Amino acid sequence: MPVTGVQKDIDTRTLTITAEFAAPVEQVWGIYADPRKLEQVWGPPTYPATFVEHSLTPGARVTYYMTSPEGEKHGGWWEIAEVDAPHSLRFRDGFADADLSPVDTAPVSENVYRFEAIDGGTRAVYTSTYATAEALQQVLDMGMEEGATLSINQIDGFLAAA
Amino acid sequence: MTEGTNEDRADALFHALADRTRRDIMRRVLAGEHSVSALAQHYDMSFAAVQKHVAVLERAGLITKRRVGREALATGDIDTVRSVGSMLTEIEQVWRGRIARMDDLLASPSESGSSSPSPIDTTKEH
Repeated sequence: MPVTGVQKDIDTRTLTITAEFAAPVEQVWGIYADPRKLEQVWGPPTYPATFVEHSLTPGARVTYYMTSPEGEKHGGWWEIAEVDAPHSLRFRDGFADADLSPVDTAPVSENVYRFEAIDGGTRAVYTSTYATAEALQQVLDMGMEEGATLSINQIDGFLAAA
Repeated sequence: MTEGTNEDRADALFHALADRTRRDIMRRVLAGEHSVSALAQHYDMSFAAVQKHVAVLERAGLITKRRVGREALATGDIDTVRSVGSMLTEIEQVWRGRIARMDDLLASPSESGSSSPSPIDTTKEH
């Protein structure tokens, strides 16, 4: 398991995850830069992601949807704020409707991804911040289908991969 | 300072959920209240063994039990599952899934073929 650290800050509703990959920074960045690669990692196999618009440039909007086992599509968007390839990416992540237009009433998370070279590979630090506890709740209700049950299903996958 | 407590809590949650039967029990009791004996019928193990699994989930705060006559009725505790800490834990699971898939993709022959070979053999880490 390449996850080396998890930090949860309940007060600021921030999750920071550190992972180490046995690949150079450019190759790790390459996954985010290539929508065909990104969709292989963004959603679990049971909820595959499809990226429609994709460009890692400041101001750009990335759109994607995830398809449930029942065939329902759940849209999402990123708004790219800062890019320093291949070292960092800052963007907002929100929910979209069926036409992939942003849902204004849905919560938005602030995300910072950082990649740095370490001996033998890359250290990645992922930070996601939610504005309010209600926003967090909403994210789970909307985005992570069936909230608790799905996360339990995902544990299956992560244990299998460990 | 709540970090230690949250870590302990995460440990208890992960331990409780690091078992196939217990995850299956959780799915059932999150969907609705079940008696322990009704749960036991779903598994090829003794009533006592199922009772032990339910007790582990109860200790982790994932299940609440109430007694009606002779029956022990178990319900998934939505409040626990929904506390901010556990919400972050849910998101952590999503992330762990993504990171595991990143790792797989980076290790796949098509990926490593297009770049320099991976210097770390990740299979040795576990």
